[in-house]
Amino acid sequence: MAKSQSANLDRKKLLADPIMVTTIVLLVVFLTVFILYPLAILLVDSFVSEQGGFTLDTFKRIMGLANFKRAITNTLKVGFLVGIASSLIGLLFAYVEVYVKLKSNFTSGLFKVVSMLPVVSPPFVLSLSMIMLFGKAGIITRFLLKIYDNNVYGFWGIAIVQTLTFFPVCYMMLKGLLKNIDPSLEEAARDMGASRSKVFMTVTLPLILPGLGNAFLVTFIESIADFANPMIIGGSYDTLATTIYLQITGAYDKAGAAAMAVVLLTITLLMFIVQKYYLEAKSTATLSGKASRERMLITDKSVTIPLTVLCSGLALFVIIMYICVPFGAMFKTWGYDFHLTFKWFKQVFTKYKGLKAFKDSFVLSLISAPITALLSMIISYLVVKRKFKAKGFIEAVSMLAMAVPGTVLGIGYIRGFSGGIFHTGFLQGLYGTGAILVIVFVVRSLPTGTRSGISALRQIDKSIEESAYDMGADSFKVFMTVTLPLIKDSFLSGFVTSFVRSITAISAIILLVTPSYLLITVQINEFAEKGSYGIACAFATILILITYTAVLLMNILMKYFGTSRKVKTEEN
Amino acid sequence: MAKEKKGVRLDHISKIYKDPKTGKDFYAVKDTNLEIEPGSFVTLLGPSGCGKTTTLRMIAGFESPDEGEIYLGNEPINALTPNKRDTAMVFQSYALLPHYNIFDNVAYGLKLRKMDSATIKKKVTDILGLVGLEGMENRMTNQLSGGQQQRVALARALVIEPGVLLFDEPLSNLDAKLRVSMRTEIRRIQQEAGITAVYVTHDQSEAMAISDKVIIMNGGIVEQVASPQEAYYYPKSKFVADFIGECNFLKGKVISQDQVEIDGVKVNCVTGKLQQGADCDVVLRPEGATLADAGDVKGIVKYSCFMGAYQDYHIQVGDSLVKIQEYNPKNKKIYMVGDTVFLHFEDNTLYAL
Repeated sequence: MAKSQSANLDRKKLLADPIMVTTIVLLVVFLTVFILYPLAILLVDSFVSEQGGFTLDTFKRIMGLANFKRAITNTLKVGFLVGIASSLIGLLFAYVEVYVKLKSNFTSGLFKVVSMLPVVSPPFVLSLSMIMLFGKAGIITRFLLKIYDNNVYGFWGIAIVQTLTFFPVCYMMLKGLLKNIDPSLEEAARDMGASRSKVFMTVTLPLILPGLGNAFLVTFIESIADFANPMIIGGSYDTLATTIYLQITGAYDKAGAAAMAVVLLTITLLMFIVQKYYLEAKSTATLSGKASRERMLITDKSVTIPLTVLCSGLALFVIIMYICVPFGAMFKTWGYDFHLTFKWFKQVFTKYKGLKAFKDSFVLSLISAPITALLSMIISYLVVKRKFKAKGFIEAVSMLAMAVPGTVLGIGYIRGFSGGIFHTGFLQGLYGTGAILVIVFVVRSLPTGTRSGISALRQIDKSIEESAYDMGADSFKVFMTVTLPLIKDSFLSGFVTSFVRSITAISAIILLVTPSYLLITVQINEFAEKGSYGIACAFATILILITYTAVLLMNILMKYFGTSRKVKTEEN
Repeated sequence: MAKEKKGVRLDHISKIYKDPKTGKDFYAVKDTNLEIEPGSFVTLLGPSGCGKTTTLRMIAGFESPDEGEIYLGNEPINALTPNKRDTAMVFQSYALLPHYNIFDNVAYGLKLRKMDSATIKKKVTDILGLVGLEGMENRMTNQLSGGQQQRVALARALVIEPGVLLFDEPLSNLDAKLRVSMRTEIRRIQQEAGITAVYVTHDQSEAMAISDKVIIMNGGIVEQVASPQEAYYYPKSKFVADFIGECNFLKGKVISQDQVEIDGVKVNCVTGKLQQGADCDVVLRPEGATLADAGDVKGIVKYSCFMGAYQDYHIQVGDSLVKIQEYNPKNKKIYMVGDTVFLHFEDNTLYAL
């Protein structure tokens, strides 16, 4: 019994489709050169001695550095705390939204805003406002509580800021899971005499436990990969991401930084593999069924009131922290002089080349967004709808990019491209250009786009594309006339998400940007580090405005041109 | 209407799949030879997992055979992609393009063939008339009922005038009544268009109603290729006998070319090439025997139920339970549970395997 003939025929059929073959080849090359190669070069850097032999010296050396060992424990400590706190707060929000009858539109509005904030805001905004609220000159610490020497920098600062930044992600993940629990399961338990808390402990919680673990690991990875927050609010409390950054920008120790990056990558990769291949499958497997009918919401006041108050309070607090940023940009001197002024905004454009920063960031992000969106749709199409040899590779590598911290990717690009590929000078021209920044943007946003594309395509009946194929369309035609129009929404949201992610990105970019490009995020980071919060806030405010407009625009576009709208009007 | 009616020939076709649980390879379709005449309506019939859909998808080009060659007309098509094959498929889920209206759905294949818009318009209008959807050009697909969507799918496949029309269980998503009227419709349209059609179904009555020939498959193997009558009256295997219509198997012994012995009683029965003296299974259709106070084989009534058109009986004959349906029960004697009865076999109804 040999399957060789069908394999042969499948290959022949594939080769009869030149556009498809070209696309696959180009994709494989792109993924290899811009994701696998930079990571591989890190391994080479850290394991190969200058004479060319295998060595562990670099690792021995960095392991001897006290600040590196401290950074590892620091990172893991923060990661664990943030992972646990975010998933618990996320669970609380999700539970309240799905199980508790919310009295007012106000509360559900708050929930919506909270779930959207992390999408539209630059990653380090909360660090800024944390310092402005609770720092030495913080409004709350200094003026309300009269504490003049409060230190927000360090472990607790990072942990709180990261928790507040990442818990909305957990909330969205767990909300989806809770909604899939069939209410009759819990009703059956109630019916047999279990109290509400007993039901939660014995039915609800066990069902979503894998999902909770999944949420924990996702935030854990996010937390240890985070660069911007520890940079701004970490103070002397260094994490792996910042240590690596300082190792290369401060100590100019490229091999050491590469070895450190390998350590960080190993941690995130391990976590990612557990999350992706073990927990993710498990968390959806137990809850694949759809709820059979509407859930009876909890109306018992002794439950609803405390939960609603708690969540609304937290949500309001997060929102206040965001609002704090534009105010920070409008006060003369934060913490001392609360006269309104536009001088910071003016200075952004007059003194600090703000216009160029916005133009550079905007243009580079706008170039990378359509590329990312199209690329991720193509990858999802190939992964979901076609079968060919390199499919596993394409899927694995584009998902792998999700587990690569920006700092690691940045170091990999420096080592991999500054001297050309394998230091041969080939493609050296790329280094330091806008093109490499665009590529980094694309690589960083590709996994999210691909994931959303894959889930959108999985919902489309395979035979729809087959029918077009059968009518005589080739793969390219099928993709353009059937697949893409059907996942328009996903494409559009991929476009905007990638734009927003790019314009707010910092971790990989800060290592690669050259003086010829000014990027907003890099500027904000610089001014925040210097303590010029007015300028940093002014930059950040304008950035938030841009991203918010982009998201708003996306929603409008989806409403008028998206597939969902079309279907809705047809039904009337 | 079709440019050219094409036949389909499967020459020693096999398809191997990997069992996802055990990881072992197995034959989904094994060494299948088929000759489908141009212009005929042929049905691949069998239970789920018998390889019928796989066979159809190999003809369409979505799957590649592991052994053998498929011919469309005289042309070997193994290496052709689905878009290059002169076939058109009607899918189980209709697979209409949801972002196009009816006109654009039907015109899709024509546009790919780079026809001018006047021709396209005429062809689409004609074909929509043929399937009974005139004037619906501007509706979107989700504004149509299931039956109408099925007609669009059929029109879309017909309009490109394929050499062979393929149907993958097209009626299984419709309700029972609509299924019956649609299958008559499909047969009418196929006759009018004079096109070769290969139809996959697990519904034996659908297969009987619609086809010139049925191909009964089981476990990846073709059990029998025959006209519906032949398959019903002269099944080649117990599987076919059981799958096509309801069936009883009575233990018997071959006496001569046209006689068997059942329960010690000699009855007339076609035995074909069976050896004299051999044990055999005698195929008895539920309507092939009547009940009487005296007759060929004796039995005891175990179950008796009025079904409207017929009285349904289970009769214990020797070790086996025989199902009998007596039509028009109003004019016949009704036996009750526990009664002793005799089966009287009608002429020409028994067939030994």
